[in-house]
Order: sequence, then structure tokens, then C-alpha cells
Amino acid sequence: MEIQRKVKYEEELDLKFADLIKEMSGDREIDHCIQCGTCSSSCPMSVYMDFPPRKIIAMVKNGFKDEALRSFTIWLCPSCYTCQVRCPAKIKITDVMYALKRLAIQEKVYPSRFSIPVLDREMSKMIGKNGRNSELWVVLNLYLKSKKPMGLVKMAPMGLKLMKTGRMSLKKESIKDKKQLRTLLKALKEEA
Amino acid sequence: MSGYVYYPGCSLKGTAKHYEESILPVFKEIDLPLEELEDWNCCGATAYFSVDDGMAAAICGRNFSLAEKIQKDIIAPCAGCFLTLKKSNKFLAEGSEKAKKILRALDKAGCSYGGKVDVKHPLQVLVQEEILDRIKARVTRPLRGLKVACYYGCQLVRPFTDFDDPDYPMSLDRLMAAIGADPVDFSAKTRCCGGSLTGTIEEVGLRLNYILLKEAKRRKADAVVTICPLCQFNLEILQDKITKKFKDDVGIPILYFSQLIGLALGLAQKTLGFSRSVVDLRPMWAKIQNGGQR
Repeated sequence: MEIQRKVKYEEELDLKFADLIKEMSGDREIDHCIQCGTCSSSCPMSVYMDFPPRKIIAMVKNGFKDEALRSFTIWLCPSCYTCQVRCPAKIKITDVMYALKRLAIQEKVYPSRFSIPVLDREMSKMIGKNGRNSELWVVLNLYLKSKKPMGLVKMAPMGLKLMKTGRMSLKKESIKDKKQLRTLLKALKEEA
Repeated sequence: MSGYVYYPGCSLKGTAKHYEESILPVFKEIDLPLEELEDWNCCGATAYFSVDDGMAAAICGRNFSLAEKIQKDIIAPCAGCFLTLKKSNKFLAEGSEKAKKILRALDKAGCSYGGKVDVKHPLQVLVQEEILDRIKARVTRPLRGLKVACYYGCQLVRPFTDFDDPDYPMSLDRLMAAIGADPVDFSAKTRCCGGSLTGTIEEVGLRLNYILLKEAKRRKADAVVTICPLCQFNLEILQDKITKKFKDDVGIPILYFSQLIGLALGLAQKTLGFSRSVVDLRPMWAKIQNGGQR
């Protein structure tokens, strides 16, 4: 058995990470985390997470950038805001999770082919282009881009039910003034 | 702003058609007819905030600009749209450098926004004292004998609760009592259904929704009443899979609150989108017609 060091030394940490996440999330209270665990015990998803929210907050606070960005936790957060509302230190935990998701996408360190970031990106792309989301087409893209065509086969009975009750549309939705949307997104890029 | 304009979002034009088919007639019936916001764009939901928060707030800003031009506040029946719009509106009002950039970009694109629009959920409007009294006065078919579990989900009451409690809200329960139904204590009423995770990681979606459905059954509810398209979809569509996986019958109608209000107000049952339910509603109809006999 190979013996490995299990703690990180200060020079291995990213000490500016907390400030970056504060900037990106709009949270100002993360330094005041007392590690009480209210977030983890409130989270409906924590049983599935590799690190519960309390640990993610500690990682952000202390510069464990790689660990936080590569975690499944950030993608499992469904943004139900239970932790954020209950946090006694008023940390915007859900917004911190969003900031971590954005940074992981920017730095391309999210788990590859993992369906959640794929869904987020596909849906955003569609909205940026057409101004509207077409439910069926987002789902199709999701399964193709995350390379899980079998998922589509499994979805067939559900699709049939929706079709029968007239709740599935094949139409690609779009706004009329797509030009305005393009101008808006371009103008925003120029501002940045 | 004077009056409201209706913001459907993607769901009410697709999987949640029956939400639109019931909420619009209900508002009309209580003298608050709603027009659809002309050329609205999608709110971006949780997805856009996970990719680019500046863009996310900007596309919401376009909707606000459209509403501001006609001097109306927005009514968003989808809890996801409601939260996303409210969050972006708050962000644009806070005056940060980032918010100023977005407002300038909106100017350049010809959709300036002056920050005057408010975002409301229909539940919030319907439980205002005066409107609730109006509804009570116009109930012609009280839903006596129907036990309902009021499910609020997460994004309506969190994190921006300006009309109800974030953990144990009661406004929908009050509304259901006003139309004669019998709301049961439902401790899971704001526990998350998993949202879009049910489509990405099925195992998670099945368990989260099993917990909710089982709790509703245990409380002897005849139906679960929802205010959010994603909650309605998850709770209803996954029932077969959940029943199979956990070997426990979780079959129960999952309805929109507006469908039941419409029914109580005497609107024709077949115009309220009940036929779009994939769950058998017959046991529930029997409960209502028996008027409390069980």
C-alpha cells in the first residue's frame, strides 16, 4: 500500500478562490460560516452528494478550488434555496453553487458527458438563439450530446403519454424579434 | 403599474397546457382578464444562471421592458419563471456595476428598462383579501369532501417570500378551503421535487418524488394540488416508474390549483384541461360528487 499525504499545505491552496466566488456569487458572508451543518441537513440532495454543502462552503472559504469545482455536488444542487433561507450566517449558499457551476463550465472542469451541465448549456444555447425553449428539442439534444441514446428509448413511454394528452409539441418555438435578442447579447459582450 | 400581463414561459405552452387552459379562464371569471405579453422570451430558468448570469439577467430584462411599455406588472404562473424573473429584477435594481452594464446593453438593443415592473405569482394575487372574498362569493360548486395535499414546491416560496412562509406556507391551503376543499396537513409541502434533475439523473428524481407522493397518500389526500409546471410534471409522469421501483402504489391525481378553482367557480369541467391528466381521475370525481361521504 502506498502511503500518501492526506492534508494540503498552504502553498497548494488557491487563497484567492474565496474572493473570486464572493465576486461571482454576490455573497458577502461566506467568511462567517460556523460549519453548523444546517445546510447539509436541510438539503434534499445531500444523500447523493460527494461533499455535502457544508464541506463545499469550507472548501471555498479555504481555497480548495479543484476539489470544489470537480465535485458532483454543485451539479446536484436543484436550487431549492432551503439551505440559503435557513443559513444562520445568511450565506447565499445556492448562489455560491451557481457561481461554482459557472466557473467549472468556464474552466471546462466539469465531469465530461455528465448530463446536468450538458442540459444547462443546451438550453441556454437554444434560448440565446431563438428566445424560446422548445421542451422536446432540449431533451433530444441532451441525450445526443451526453451520448446516452438509450435514455431516449427509455423515455418513449413517457413521450407517448404526453403525445396522447396533447402535451408534447414538435414545434420549434421562437420569438419574432430575434434580431433584438442578438443585438442585446452582442451589446452585453461588448460591455464586459 | 396598473394591472397585470400574463407571462406563460415555455411550460404553459407545452407540457403544462392545462395550467394555461385553467388559469386564464379563472382570472377572467374573477374580473381580472389577462393578456399575454407580446413577443415574450424564455426566462432562462436555472440553466442560464448556471452558464452566464449576466446574459440570464439581460434576457429577463427584455421581458421587463416589454411589460413596462404597456405599464403592466408581470404574472408568472410557473414557479421557475417567477423566481428567475424576480431574481433578475432584484439584481437589476441593486445598481451594481454589472447591473449597470446590463441596463446599458438593454438600451442599445432598444429595450430600455426603468425598473418599474413587479413580478407576481397568480397564487399571490388570488389570496389577496379582496380577491379571495370575490372567489368565495362566486363559488357555485364547492368541492366538499375533496381532501387535497397543497404542494408549493421550492421556488415559489424561496428565497424571495414576500407573501408566505418559506418552510410551511399556508396561502394555497387557505385558497383551497375557500373553494370548499379540505386541505390536509402536508409536511412535505415545500420539499423539492428535484426539478430538471428527474430528467438528468433518474434515480434521484424517483426517490424525491416517491417521498412526496407517499406522504400525500399517507395523509389520505385524494389529489395533490400544485402551482408549478415542473412539480406537476414530475409528480404525475413518474408515478408508474415509482410504483414499480418501490413496489408501492403511489397513484394519485396531480392537479393545478387553477383547475380546481375553475371547477368550484362553475366553469365547464371539459374546458379546464382535466383530460390532459395521465392519471385516472374517476376516484377523485366520485369523492367530490359524494360531497363528503366516504
